[in-house]
Amino acid sequence: MAVVGKAVKRKEDPRLITGEARYLEDINIPGMTHIAILRSPHAHANIVSINTEAAAAVPGVVGVYTGQDFMDVNPLPCPWPAGGVENNLNTPRALEVEKVTHVGAGVAVVVAEDRATAQDAVELIDVEWEVLPAVTDAEEATFEGAPQLHENAPNNVCMEWDCGDQEGADAALASSDVVVKQRLRNQRLIPTPMETRGCIAQHEPVNGEYTIWMTSQAPHVHRLLFTAFIFGVPENKVRVISPQIGGGFGAKIFMYPEYVLTTALSKKVGRPVKWVETRSENYIATTHGRDHVTDVEVGANRDGTITALKVKTFANLGGILSTVAPGIPTTLYGRMLSGAYQFPNIYCHVTGVYTNTGMVDAYRGAGRPEATYVVERAVDLVASELSMDPVEVRRKNFVPSDAFPFEPNNNLLNGLSYDSGDYDKALDMALEMTGYEDFRAEQAAARAEGRYLGIGFSTYIEICGIAPSAWMFGEGWGAALWESANVRMHITGDVVVTTGSQSHGQGHETSVAQLVADELGVSMDQVHVQHSDTLGTPFGYGTYGSRSTAVGGVAVWRSLQRIKEKARAIAAHEFEADIEDVEYVVNEEGVGSVQVKGAPDKSKVVGEFMGIATSAAGGWSLPGDMEPFLDETSYYDPPDCTYPFGTHICIVEVDAETGNVDIKRYIAVDDVGKVINPMIVDGQVHGGIAQGVAQALWEGAQYDENGQLVSGSLMDYAIPRADLLPSFELGRTETPTPNNPLGVKGAGETGTIAATPAVVNAVVDALSHLDVRHIDMPLTPSRVWETIKSHSNGGNS
Amino acid sequence: MWPAEFDYARPSSVAEALQLLADNEDAKLLAGGHSLLPAMKLRLNEAPLLIDISRIEGLGSISNNGSLTIGALCTHADIAASADVQASCSALATATGMVGDQQVRNWGTLGGNVAHADPASDPPTVLVAFNANINIEGASGGRSVAAADFFIDLFTVDLEPGEIITSIEIPAHPHEGCAYVKMPHPASRYAVVGICVVLHKDGDSCSGAHVAVGGATVRAMRSPGAEAALRGSSLDDAALDAAAAALKDDIANDLIGDMSFPEAYRQEMAGVYLKRAVRAAGG
Ligand SMILES: Cc1cc2nc3c(=O)[nH]c(=O)nc-3n(C[C@H](O)[C@H](O)[C@H](O)COP(=O)(O)OP(=O)(O)OC[C@H]3O[C@@H](n4cnc5c(N)ncnc54)[C@H](O)[C@@H]3O)c2cc1C
Repeated sequence: MAVVGKAVKRKEDPRLITGEARYLEDINIPGMTHIAILRSPHAHANIVSINTEAAAAVPGVVGVYTGQDFMDVNPLPCPWPAGGVENNLNTPRALEVEKVTHVGAGVAVVVAEDRATAQDAVELIDVEWEVLPAVTDAEEATFEGAPQLHENAPNNVCMEWDCGDQEGADAALASSDVVVKQRLRNQRLIPTPMETRGCIAQHEPVNGEYTIWMTSQAPHVHRLLFTAFIFGVPENKVRVISPQIGGGFGAKIFMYPEYVLTTALSKKVGRPVKWVETRSENYIATTHGRDHVTDVEVGANRDGTITALKVKTFANLGGILSTVAPGIPTTLYGRMLSGAYQFPNIYCHVTGVYTNTGMVDAYRGAGRPEATYVVERAVDLVASELSMDPVEVRRKNFVPSDAFPFEPNNNLLNGLSYDSGDYDKALDMALEMTGYEDFRAEQAAARAEGRYLGIGFSTYIEICGIAPSAWMFGEGWGAALWESANVRMHITGDVVVTTGSQSHGQGHETSVAQLVADELGVSMDQVHVQHSDTLGTPFGYGTYGSRSTAVGGVAVWRSLQRIKEKARAIAAHEFEADIEDVEYVVNEEGVGSVQVKGAPDKSKVVGEFMGIATSAAGGWSLPGDMEPFLDETSYYDPPDCTYPFGTHICIVEVDAETGNVDIKRYIAVDDVGKVINPMIVDGQVHGGIAQGVAQALWEGAQYDENGQLVSGSLMDYAIPRADLLPSFELGRTETPTPNNPLGVKGAGETGTIAATPAVVNAVVDALSHLDVRHIDMPLTPSRVWETIKSHSNGGNS
Repeated sequence: MWPAEFDYARPSSVAEALQLLADNEDAKLLAGGHSLLPAMKLRLNEAPLLIDISRIEGLGSISNNGSLTIGALCTHADIAASADVQASCSALATATGMVGDQQVRNWGTLGGNVAHADPASDPPTVLVAFNANINIEGASGGRSVAAADFFIDLFTVDLEPGEIITSIEIPAHPHEGCAYVKMPHPASRYAVVGICVVLHKDGDSCSGAHVAVGGATVRAMRSPGAEAALRGSSLDDAALDAAAAALKDDIANDLIGDMSFPEAYRQEMAGVYLKRAVRAAGG
C-alpha cells in the first residue's frame, strides 16, 4: 500500500501533543549558569561609559561583561551582500561597543547562578548614553538632514540594486493607453514563533570543543558561521544541536549576537551558559520582516494587456544588518515581479536603507510576499482603471500553459525559468468553488441594502526550492544551496535517514518516511529520520524557502535509488542471476523485495531481519569487492528553482459603520506539484493563509518617532487567531515540476505569499463603489473607516 | 519575564489578610494574578510581599436575595455561567463572557478586575450602568462605594492601601432589556469601546435608560445626555442618532486612544455601539 499522497498522521505528533518533546528551555546541564542581557533603551545613541560594579557585587553573580571583553570575537558575517554592499556592511558584535542603532541592541551581560539573579543584577548596570536623533522610515532616512547611522553609509543607503530593463519600461509606459501609479506600503511584521530564541553553550577546555544547543533552522550553517567566520576555530571543534523547535518562520535561520555571546561566555566562565529570550526581547532583538515603501507604475492597453511594470522600492533593513538581509528585498523580491504574467517590460530598483529599527531579514515568504503584493495589487489597479473584471485582466496576461519553461522578460530571473504551470486551470477551479457569477449578483444586492461585500483575487506564483548553487552565487549569496541525505539500512532491515535540513514544524520525519517507505517497500515505522544535529548528519543548508522536500527530499530519493541498485546486485549474487534479470519490486502490501524475473521462488524481502539488508550488513557473501552495508549519501543541487502557483479568493464584508473587515469565505487552490502528504500540505497552507491574512488586517510593528517599538508585546501586536478566521476551503491542482524526479515543488510559503493581496483586493473591491482604489495595510477598522468616510458621507453618521 | 524577588503569604481569612496588609507596607493582594503578575514579570510593578487571597473562603460565591451579590473572588467564567447573573443582570454575564480568552476568564476575578481598573476592562461598564456597589473591608471596618464613584481615572479607584474588596452588589433593578456590546482589540481582546444599556419600556416607548461607556474613556462612565435622549422616545432611528450624538459629547473630554484606535475613532464608535446596544437590548 503506497503511502505517498496519503494523509498519514505525523510521526512527530505524539511527543508534541503529550508534552514529551524537549525544547531548548527544557534542557539543563549540571553546573549551568544563566545570563541576562542589558539592552539599549535608545534607538540611536553613543555609549559613553558603562559601570558594572554594583551588578558584579550582587550575590550569585558569576561575572559581568561588556563589549570590550569580546573584541577578539569577529563581528557577525553578512554572507549575502547583494547589491555590492561589501564596503558598508555593518553587522552586530556579540555586544555593541561604541554605539547602538536600534532599541534592543545588547551592550552588557550578567552571568549568574540563576536567571532571576542575572536579571536583578542587569538592572544595576549603569550606562551613560549620548542619545542621538533617530529615523525609522526607510525613505525619510535617505533625505538630506536625516540622522546618519553609519559613517560608511552616506544618507543611510546600504545598497542600490536593480533588475529588468529601465529604458524599455519607461518607453512602454509612455506609449501605454493608461498608466496607474500607486504608493504601496508593505508594513513591518514581527515573526512571533510560539517558541522564542535561546542558546545553551558548553565548552570543554580539555579539547577545546563547544557543544551548542540552539534554536536553529540551519544548524550546519550556524556551525559554519561560528567556526570559519566568528571564532576562527576548526569546524570539528563545534557541534550544533537544534532540539525540538517551536516554529521559526525564517527568524531562526540567522546568526544572532546572543548565540555568539553565550558561546563565548561558556569558555570565559568555564561553565555551561544558558540564554533564553523573553517575549519582550523577542520583539526587539529577533529579526522582523517586510517593511517596504514602494512606488509602482503599471501601464496597460485598453484591452487589459499590461505593457509595463516599474517598481521603485525603499527596503528598510534596520539599524544593523542581519545575516542575509540584503538578499531578501533584491533577488527574492525583484526577480519575482513578473508574477504569473508575461509582462513585456519590467524594471525594479531597490534602495536598501539603514534606519533606527530592529533588524529586518527573511520572514515566511521572504521577498516573495512583498513582490506578490505589488504584482497582484497592480493588476487590480489596472482592472479598476479600465473598469474590467480583475479575473479577465489576469487571464489576459497569464503565462499560457503551453509556454513553459517560461523565462520572464528582460532577463528578470537572471537565466532561470518557470518550470511548469497551468494558471487558468487553478483559477477556473477556484472560481467554480466560489460560485463567482452568483457572487457579483449577491454583491449588488447587498450594496442596495448598504452592506459592503467584496471579492479579492490573488493568482500568485512563488519561487521556491531555493537553489541552484551556481545561480545563487551569482546573486551574491556567499555559499551553496544543495542539500544532502544519507540513507542506511541496518542489519534488522530498519532504515535511518539523516538529512542536513531541519524540521521546526514542517513534519520531515513523516513526509521523508513516506518517501522511503514507498521507494524501499518498508513500513513507515521502520524509518527513522534524524536531523538537527551537526554530529551525525551530512552538511545541509537548512530549512527555509520551501526547499526541504524540493531539494532535500530529492537527495533522499537519490540515495534510495543507489540502495535499490546495490540490493539488486547483492540479490543477483545470492541467486546467481544476471543483475539485469533482478528486479526491485514493491508489492500491493508495500513490501519491497528483489526477485529474479519469472522465478517467483528466487525472491527475497529487503527490509526485514535476514532479508537483503541483513545480507548487506552481514557481508557474508557479497559480490566481488563490494563493500558491506546499504549506506548511501547523496548531494543534490537542482538545475533550477520550482514555481508553485495557484489562485486564492477572499470574500469579505466590510462593516460600513465601523470599518471592521469580516472574512466570509476563503478559497485557495494551490499547485505545489506532486503532494507527498496532503494533510501536511493543508496544514502549511492553513498556517500560511492565517499569517497572510494577518498582515492584511491586523499585524504591524509600530515605532514612534524616537524609534521605540510601540507594539512591543502580544497585548498590542495582533497575531492571527482561529476565531477571527473562517474555515478555509482548499482545492488543489497537481502540475509536477520537470526539474526534479519527485515532481515536488514546495508548500511552506504559498499561504503567506498569496493571501495578503487577496484580502486587500477584496476590501478594496468591497469599497470600489465609493471609488476607493487602495488602502494601506494593516486594514484596521479605524483605517478602513477613515477611508469610507473620506470617500463618501461616512458610513452612517 | 522575571519578576523582582518577593515574599508570599496565603491568608485563609479576610481578617488575616487585613492584618498582613497592615503589617507590611507596600504589600499587594494577589487574586487571579492576570493583571498583577504580567506587570511584575515585565518589572513594571513590584511588591515586597504578595498576599494571595485567592483561597479565602466565602469570597467566591454568588447569591441573590433581592440584590445580586458577587464575591470578589468569583472568576469571569463563574459569573458568565451563573444563572442568577443571567436572570437579573444578563449584560454582566455577556461582559464577563467576553473577557480575554477562556484561560483569562478562568483565572481573572471580578474583584481584581475592578481594583485594577484598566480603562479597557469590560465589567466596570456594566457595574456603572447597573448602579452597583463595591463592598470594601478595611482595618476600621467596612464601607460601600457606588461604582460610579469608585472608578476615578485610568488605573485609579477609591481604594485605600490596606483595604480589600469583598464583594460587588448589584441592587435589584427591574428592566425590560439590557445588553453589553464591545469592539474587542484584535490583540488583547480588551474593549476598544464597550457600551452597556439598560432599558425601561412602557409599551413601545422608552420610559428610562441607563447608558454606560468604557474602553473609549479613561474610566467607565454614565452618559446622562444619551439617557435623556432615549427617555420618552420610541427608540426610533432619530432617537438613537440623538443619543449617539449626546454620548459622543459627554465623553469628549475623557477619551483615550492609541496608534491603532485613535481617540476620534473611539468616540465615533461609542455612538455606533450605543445604537447596537440599544437594539441588542430589545429597543
Ligand atoms: C491576555 C489577557 C486578556 C485580558 N482581556 C480582558 C478583557 O478583554 N476584558 C477585561 O475586562 N479584562 C481583561 N483582562 C484582565 C482580566 O480580567 C484580569 O483578570 C483582571 O483585570 C484582574 O483580575 P485578577 O483576579 O487577575 O487580579 P490580580 O492580577 O490578581 O490583581 C490585580 C490588582 O487588583 C488587586 N486586587 C485583586 N483582588 C483584590 C481585592 N479583592 N481587593 C482589593 N484589591 C484587589 C491586586 O492587588 C492588583 O493590584 C485580560 C487579561 C489578560 C492577561
